[in-house]
Amino acid sequence: MPETPFETARGLVAAYRAQRTRPSEAVEAALAQVERHEPRVRAFLHLDAERARTEAAAWDRRYAAGEDTPPLAGVPVALKDNLCTRGAPTTCGSRILEGWRPPYDATVVARLRTAGAILLGKTNLDEFAMGSSTENSAFGPTRNPWDLSRVPGGSSGGSAAAVAAGFVPLALGSDTGGSIRLPAGFCGVVGLKPTYGRVSRYGLVAFASSLDQIGPLARDVEDCALLLDAIAGPDPLDTTSARVPPPQARAALGAAPRGLRVGVVTDAFGAGVAPGVAAAIREALRTLEGLGLAIEEVALPTLEAALPAYYLLAPAEASANLARYDGMRYGLRAAGADLVDTYRQTRRRGFGPEVKRRIMLGTYALSAGYYDAYYLRAQKVRTLVARDFERAFARADVVVMPVAPTPAFAIGERAADPLQMYLADVFTIPVNLAGLPGLALPCGFDGGLPVGLQLIGRPFDEATLLRVGHAYQQATDWHRRRPPVA
Amino acid sequence: MIDRDTVEHVARLARLALTEEERERFAEQLGRILEYADRLSALPLDDVPPTSHALPMTNVLRDDAVAPSLPRDEVLAQAPARRDGFFVVPRVFDEG
Amino acid sequence: MATPAGAPRTVVGLEIHVQLLTASKMFCGCAVSFGAPPNTLVCPVCLGLPGALPVLNRRAVDLGLRTALALGCRIHPRSQFHRKNYFYPDLPKNYQISQYEYAGHPPLATGGALEIVTEGARRLVRIRRVHLEEDTGRLVHAEGASGSLVDFNRSGVPLMEIVTEPDLRSPAEAREFLTALRRLLQFAEVSSGRMEEGTLRCDANVSLVGDDGVPGIRTEVKNMNSIRAVERALAYEVARQAEARRRGEAVVQETRHWDERRGVTFGSRSKEEAQDYRYFPEPDLVPLEVDEAWLERVRASLPELPAARRDRLMAAFGLGGADADRLTASPAMARFFEETVAAFPDARVVANWLVGEVAAYLNEHGTEIDAITLTPRRLADLLRLIEDGTLSGRLAKEILVAMIKDDLDAVAVVEARGLRQISDEAALGRIVEEVLAAHPGPVADVRAGKDRALGFLVGQVMKATGGRANPEAVNRLLRERVGS
Repeated sequence: MPETPFETARGLVAAYRAQRTRPSEAVEAALAQVERHEPRVRAFLHLDAERARTEAAAWDRRYAAGEDTPPLAGVPVALKDNLCTRGAPTTCGSRILEGWRPPYDATVVARLRTAGAILLGKTNLDEFAMGSSTENSAFGPTRNPWDLSRVPGGSSGGSAAAVAAGFVPLALGSDTGGSIRLPAGFCGVVGLKPTYGRVSRYGLVAFASSLDQIGPLARDVEDCALLLDAIAGPDPLDTTSARVPPPQARAALGAAPRGLRVGVVTDAFGAGVAPGVAAAIREALRTLEGLGLAIEEVALPTLEAALPAYYLLAPAEASANLARYDGMRYGLRAAGADLVDTYRQTRRRGFGPEVKRRIMLGTYALSAGYYDAYYLRAQKVRTLVARDFERAFARADVVVMPVAPTPAFAIGERAADPLQMYLADVFTIPVNLAGLPGLALPCGFDGGLPVGLQLIGRPFDEATLLRVGHAYQQATDWHRRRPPVA
Repeated sequence: MIDRDTVEHVARLARLALTEEERERFAEQLGRILEYADRLSALPLDDVPPTSHALPMTNVLRDDAVAPSLPRDEVLAQAPARRDGFFVVPRVFDEG
Repeated sequence: MATPAGAPRTVVGLEIHVQLLTASKMFCGCAVSFGAPPNTLVCPVCLGLPGALPVLNRRAVDLGLRTALALGCRIHPRSQFHRKNYFYPDLPKNYQISQYEYAGHPPLATGGALEIVTEGARRLVRIRRVHLEEDTGRLVHAEGASGSLVDFNRSGVPLMEIVTEPDLRSPAEAREFLTALRRLLQFAEVSSGRMEEGTLRCDANVSLVGDDGVPGIRTEVKNMNSIRAVERALAYEVARQAEARRRGEAVVQETRHWDERRGVTFGSRSKEEAQDYRYFPEPDLVPLEVDEAWLERVRASLPELPAARRDRLMAAFGLGGADADRLTASPAMARFFEETVAAFPDARVVANWLVGEVAAYLNEHGTEIDAITLTPRRLADLLRLIEDGTLSGRLAKEILVAMIKDDLDAVAVVEARGLRQISDEAALGRIVEEVLAAHPGPVADVRAGKDRALGFLVGQVMKATGGRANPEAVNRLLRERVGS
């Protein structure tokens, strides 16, 4: 296993402060690691090595001078390529935005800059975050560092793979139906989907606005908390960002979770869950019990309805969110016979099949005569899913499910069958529908591939999730395992 | 299964040009997904209110204060076509 | 107007778009300004750039609530913005953020009414709804160019839509309604209400109902750029539909555009695509809840509305109803009146001048009281010159026009033209003697009791002084000398 100079972001910052290493050394090590493995992993869509080196040199001087530095000063971070970066490419994995450079930074990007992070590059994703495998990127798939023939999960597959492969200690992803947690689970890293409203969506290119949420990916829970603290909190530019105090997640990790109640969703161990996944989750529950947590059974009766509801709601919102890609003001414009034909040809050439499928589905679900039967009904199911969780949280402080029914599947295996692909998100989607926080962390292996444990919390109670996750990682070492690429 | 005329109608609404093959494929795939979605019709939902926002928030407003706009060069630099400070789009038939 | 037996009855409903008087746009901080260079008042939000999010302008909501209160609407305690989906190059997101009305989703306000005076009688026109939405950009169709040009400065400007019930019964009533509504919006300080500048826009739905009571097909008329254009376009459209009815031809349900130059409405050349706007709740904006405390704040901030202003002017200054109506035709006129009275307290004289000479000037020049150089102080100064005998009324009228044209004080015009009134009795006495000597006939007539001859002599004195003689003094001197 080749040495990287960093295991964790906090370790790096501590080493900088102690002057054991410098940001420039970390950036060079990161770039060397990328150079070695990126040709096979393909986690990045854009890298800005020169800028990273310049910024690192500036931090070198400030650390050398013993100045006060912000919490992530000199830490290389990767960004999913649906986060707007001023003057730098932001493609969303789509031909339609190829070459587009936003004139502004997303709020999370601005906050990371303030926190001192070095934004190393933009990571691959399923086009417009629509997918569970990162195969839907217009620029080719990312591969799972644990097994290059397998998908890294999606849609934040590039970010998860970049962390798993040791390219960066931290990355940001976005999660609409599982897009942080699924790739975290498949790549054996930690990923958090915060409560809806915890992190500003300003500058996140929208897929499904009522479900989208930006969140951190990291190697362990403590780093995940560190990154959450850097990006969370109200933003006047996003009216759906909640006016609640920031989580102070890292500070909350110290308190032992003894006495908390863990609700196990019994329905989530039924047909479709791989035996190896079920076994790893059960083992994790025993570990938690050993840490003094009480295990309860809880039911989510609407679990099965959540997936079809999601596949009406998310495409419906997407059909409107993606209407702006029309070749008039920015991005690709294809030649057409007239205005309408220009729209249609631009969108035909600019969008890939999954995006077109969801636009079609969403347009249909909203169209006259079908609204009540599809969209409205799905919104009602959303209410029921939220009520299910409310009932569960009356009995438990944290709800546990697998991240996904299976470990990472092979590239190409599900590409031809959208429904099979959609099933990968069966346990993550309900969490988005209810707007809750969900944490994915490694809890074992099935056939040499990581298995992800999902902890779900009450609204704005990321702290409890992270506390439990942190205690779990103190007692286990799954998060210390490294893939052959790394 | 939804028919191909419906697929074409939806594609027009969505301003997507489809090939014959895509029309065929989408008719089949959308049909299957919608069939799957029809499971929802079995649930008793009459008395359930719809949820459109994940959080129960209301009244987030801003003061009526002017903030700087973008420099025009930066705005138009991204445009596929521009002239005299305007975006240029394929001719829209004048209604006058 | 009375409907002749057998003639179809006219049914008109209006959809009015009102640009709200805010400093910034509906969902972003870009300035609202008329006439800026294209695409200079734009940002990621109003350009619909990927990732940008809307944030609602509180003042726009306040102004919507003001209007709803002024129209006596029912304000819904909870409303929500929706996305109205359609593709058009002036719509950067290809959906418009608007409020929408369907089961479970009320707009900002519904119900309400506005009173109009028609054929001398007062009548209430019912309001169906008041809602908020964002404006689109502006398309420019350059002559001969292969493409169209788009300017997004207007994109996201706050609009309020007011929809009436189909209560209007003639083009004249539509004109009266629009005039009354514009006046209300201006008094409430909600909008500048200028159709010519597009801050007030009106589309009309028109149909005819036969004496069998069966409603005819409705057409929507657009592109009318003044209140007069609305009246003319509706008159044309009513006549067109009536003619079709007489010939037994079908009226097509369509959108028709008013051509101001040709004075006709015409249908679109291309077949209209059936609209399917696929409305759904805007996930980027949380619902709006208006409670009693908010409404109370808005109520407290509501400026005096036209009816109250009219009543107060009548009570406070002893004005007649007709004068009070004309002085409250616009808030600018009402303000001008009150400010002039503050400087020249004879309210009747001020009123006479404003509804008389000043209104005549405005009419003749097609302008408004706040668009000319006359100020309340200048008018008061002029009236004072009449009062102290420096000017005759006739001279003052001339001076008023000169003041407005040359942007001058009354005194400056008087001095510049040497128009000061001649009240000096010795000087006037000499002129009177000359006139009497030159016109023995009329002098004899006056002595014989023919008063009309006195007027002739006064006229001769005026002529001789270039109109500058003080008429009262001339009258007195003539009577003394003639000895009548």
